[in-house]
Order: sequence, then C-alpha cells, then structure tokens
Amino acid sequence: MTLLSMLGVLSSAIFSGTSLLYVTLGEVIGQRAGIVNLGSEGVLLVSASSGFAVTVVAGNPYLGMLVAVLVGGVMNMVLGYLVIHRQANQLASGLALMFFGFGLSALIGRPYVGAKITSLPRIVLPGLAGLPRLYSSLLSFDPLMYLVIPTAVFVWWLLFRTRWGLGLRAVGENPDAAFASGRNPRLIRYQALFLGGLLSGLSAAHLSIAYTMTWNEYMTAGRGFIAVALVIFSKWHPLRAIVGALLFSGAVAFQLLLQSSGVQISPFLLDTIPYLATIIVLIVWGGTRKQSAPASLGRVYHGAE
Amino acid sequence: MSQTADRNHRSTPVLQRMTNALARYSLVILLALTLFGAILLISGKDPVQSYKDIITHTLGSAYGFSEVVVAMIPTLITALAVAVPSRVGLINVGGEGQLYIGAAFATWGALTFPNQPAWVLLPLMILLGMLGGALWALVPGYLKAVGLVNETITTLLLNSVAPKIIGFLIFGFWHSPMDTVKTSNFVPAARLPTFFGTRINLGFVFALALLMAFWLLMKNTRWGLEMRAIWGNPEAAKRNGIPVRTYWITLMCVGGAIAGLAGMVQVSGFYGVLLLNFSMGLGFMGFLVCWLAGGNPAGILLLSFVVAIITTGGNLLQLTRGLPYAVINILLAFTLFVVLARPTFSLKGRNA
Repeated sequence: MTLLSMLGVLSSAIFSGTSLLYVTLGEVIGQRAGIVNLGSEGVLLVSASSGFAVTVVAGNPYLGMLVAVLVGGVMNMVLGYLVIHRQANQLASGLALMFFGFGLSALIGRPYVGAKITSLPRIVLPGLAGLPRLYSSLLSFDPLMYLVIPTAVFVWWLLFRTRWGLGLRAVGENPDAAFASGRNPRLIRYQALFLGGLLSGLSAAHLSIAYTMTWNEYMTAGRGFIAVALVIFSKWHPLRAIVGALLFSGAVAFQLLLQSSGVQISPFLLDTIPYLATIIVLIVWGGTRKQSAPASLGRVYHGAE
Repeated sequence: MSQTADRNHRSTPVLQRMTNALARYSLVILLALTLFGAILLISGKDPVQSYKDIITHTLGSAYGFSEVVVAMIPTLITALAVAVPSRVGLINVGGEGQLYIGAAFATWGALTFPNQPAWVLLPLMILLGMLGGALWALVPGYLKAVGLVNETITTLLLNSVAPKIIGFLIFGFWHSPMDTVKTSNFVPAARLPTFFGTRINLGFVFALALLMAFWLLMKNTRWGLEMRAIWGNPEAAKRNGIPVRTYWITLMCVGGAIAGLAGMVQVSGFYGVLLLNFSMGLGFMGFLVCWLAGGNPAGILLLSFVVAIITTGGNLLQLTRGLPYAVINILLAFTLFVVLARPTFSLKGRNA
C-alpha cells in the first residue's frame, strides 16, 4: 500500500462525497420542514444537464453552475406546488417529479452528449503546491469542494441558530402549532424546498461541470435516493450528514483500495452498504426513543380553517 | 388512502360517477397533452403530427394495440403489489426492489434447470419469483409488525439495494460469455408463451386474474372485512381479536410476491434474459398508478392502460422524431402532475 494509492482513495472519496453532501443537505432542509422529496434524483438530472448545456454554450462554468443552482430551486417549486398548494401526496408527487426529471434532462442534454467543457478550476490545497505533480494533482480540488463543509455548517447554523430555522423546524414538527404561534407553514415549506433545490443544484453542478465533466442520461446513478438514506442515517442533522456522506463515498473508494491490494469485493455489494447501514441504524433506534424524524414528515398541512 | 375515495364514490349514483370520471380524465389528458405539446414545439417537433403518430401506432393498429397491452402488464401487476398491502394501511414503495429480486430468483431457476420441460420449469420460476419478492418484503413487513421501523422507509431503501444484488449476480456469476451486463438468453422452455403472434405473454392473464382475485377478496370475504377494520384503526382491530401483526406481515409478503411475479414475467415473458437495471422504475410506476387510482381495481386497469399508451408512444417518438426514449417521461409526468394537482374540475374530498 503506497501513500499515493491511499491519497487516491481519499481524493476520490472527497470528490464523489461532495455532490452527495450537497444534495443531502438540501434534503435535510426539506425534511426538517416536513417534506420528503423523492424527486431529488430528477432534480439532480435536470440541474446537471442544464448546467452542463449552459457551460458548453456559454463557455463559462460559473454561469453553468448558476443556472444549475437556479434550475434546482425551480424544479423543487414544482414539488412545492403539488404537495403544499394542492396538498398532493408527497411520495407520489416526488416520484412523478423523478420521472419528469428523467425526461426533461434527456431532452435538454441530448445535443451535448460527448461535448467538451471548460470545467471549474482545480486549486491545490494551500501550502502543497511544492509537492510533485502526481501528488498535488490528487490534492487539488474545485471551489465547490472547498465550500461543501462550510455549507454544511451554514445549514446547521441556519436550522439551529436562527429564528427562521426555529420556525422551519417548528413547521416540520407541528405545522398547526407553528401557525398558531404566528408563522406561515406554507411559506416556510416553500422556502425550505427552494433552498433545498438550490443545494441540489450545487450538487448537480459539481457532478457534471466539475467532477465528471460530461453529461449522460441517468448520470446521477441514484444519488437522489442515497441522499434520502443519508438524511435518515444522519438523523436529520446537517453536521452528521458530513460524516454520512464521507463514510458512504469512502466505502466506494475503499473498494478501489481493496482491489489494489488483491482483495476482491464486488463494487455492487459495497454500493449497498449505505442503505443497509441506514436500515440497521433505524432498527437500533427503533427500540429506543431516539428516532428524531420531524413529526409532521410526509403529512399534508391542510391549513387553519 | 383508498377507502376515502371509495366512500365518496358510493354516495353518488353510478351514471353521474362515470360521467364525472370520464370528464375528469379527458381533461387531465388534454391538459397534459397541451403541456407536452409545448415542449415538443420548443424542441422543434410538430406536436400534432407526433400525437397523430402515437395514436395511429398504438390504438390505430392491431399490432400497436398489442404493444400497449404488453406495456400494461408490469404496471398492472406492480400496482396490485401496492394495492394489496395498502388495504391494511401499509405503504409499499418497494415494488421496484421486490420486482428485481423476483426476477433474480426466477432467473436462477431458468439457469439452473435448463433441461426441464416448460410445464415444470415455468411454474417453478413463477414460484421462485414470488418467493423472492415475498422474502424481500418480509423484512419491512416484520420490522413494521414488531413496531421497529416504518415500512415506507425500509421498502424505499431496499429498492436501491436490489438492483445492486442483481449486478453482483450477473457480473460475478451469471453473465453470458459475450456480455457482462446480462445473462445468456433463456432456453425456450423458460419463456412464458405469447399469444397470436404478438408479444403479449401469459403474464397478462396473470395480471387480470390477480386483479379479479383482489376485487373479489376485498368485496366478498371475511378477510376483506377484517382488512378494512385494520385499515380503519389497527388498535381497535387488535382489541376485537383480529391478528393485526399477522395481517401486516402476510399482506406485505403477498404484495412482495406479486411484485416478484412481475419481475418473473418481465424476464421470462418480455426479455427472455436478465438484464442489468432492466426495470428503470416499473415498480415506482406501479406505485403511482395504484396511488392515483385510489387502490381501486377498475382505476388501476384504466390508468395502466393510459400509462402504457404513453410509454409505447415513447418508442415512436424515438424512431420517428429522433428524440431520446426518456423524453416520453415528460408526458407521463405531466399526466401525473395534473392528476396529483387535482384541478378544480375534479371530485373533491379525496384525502391524501
């Protein structure tokens, strides 16, 4: 086991973990406000394809990123309209949004399959520029990767240290009580979904514009659903989500390491770890009172009549 | 989810009910077609011509119609896999995973006993498929029954696990000498028979039989009545001596077995081979269809038909309009959105 291969594993874990963490944070915000978004997968796809398309056309990755982020927000508003305004079932609406994303992203991305882009720049970790190229290239990350941990902290601060976050969590626990104390549950849920959508957009932007630098149909490969699992795994907490995302992407990267040292574990089986781990965690909590899902999660808020 | 809708329906006369439903569904479809037409127009395709093509090639010819029926089969079966557990208040979002595991079990049968005659092999594969699906649903059912974890979460998470197990099996053991993403073609004895020179396979008969059985079970048996009681109030049902836990576990497994059958039907009747990621959301579509139909058998039949016309139309757009197949999902989604949003012309009072 060389230092180089260890670094390689770490680096690829951080790369794939970044997009995972962004979308998980987005899902955390939505679920804290009481809304399960099963459509994340579709949102990611549409954001990734439109961000990539804009990057190709405009030749500017930052513009592409901006579009991806905004598209994420707008896509989540579709879900918001259905589940908040029209009081439709959240699971069904999310799945419909997922199918919508499959289709729309295929349409948007179609002309740009195989296109080359100027990706977000990679910046070497400060102080490491003097290392040999082989090492420094493994340790150079794009701006979105440097921002992901601060974003998680920011989301934590927003949810747990601001009045708005308090209101949001109150809505997630009991929208009627939140309404009685002068908050507007519908508005807050829209805001939560929009913010969550922006974060999904960042996740998608990282995936298509910075990490893989390509567009393919279904390229998100289930990240939207992994995010749902990670939200539960991290008990709806943004900081624990950092650990979850790293553990998860680390497991995938770890497999490369095992392979290089001659141990064969199917990558398919390693991919199941986060889901199984989440189920096990749920079973362990199930016996106790520790389960901290927002109480109104998945329920329709009918408003006060 | 379903009973509320039923209750509303019962209070109105049959004729009014039917015209209401008819008006509602036509408007839904019109709205969805307009929205998708706009998208086609933006991407430079003629929407009117595209729709004309879709209609003539699905409903306009015998072969086209048979293809619609083919596309209906998995949706119909997976919708029932959701409908059965929903009758005791269980939300089975796990049809996708159960379908995959059912397909894997059935494939094991096909690959292990290729020399058996069809009358031995096919029933065996059906049993294996149902067993696989049931086992996959047993975990969520059990965890729900003992009060540990909500079945919605577990079924959802297990969906993502199942296709990876298929990948493991295909990649590691079952792949054909030529290709790493699928098994060798099944022997003819492992293929469900098809009818009238079309691709409609025996699975369609299974689907209709299950639909019928579901309807009769709910309507005419003591089980149906007890299930209704559990749906209404599990605690009260328990006090009245109804074995609620047994019902929960059993019906979850029955749902899983039905989804597993859908997997068997797809690999044996449709593909004739086990492909990596072959489902691409069939189980989720079943969930949506069942949910939108309020668990009602006739509604499930009708909605599966509509969904099948749309998905069959996707092939056509791909062939004649040069659009990716996935684009048809937009029309599908618009239809679902419009139904979910229940615009003002809809019957009111259905609780989500």
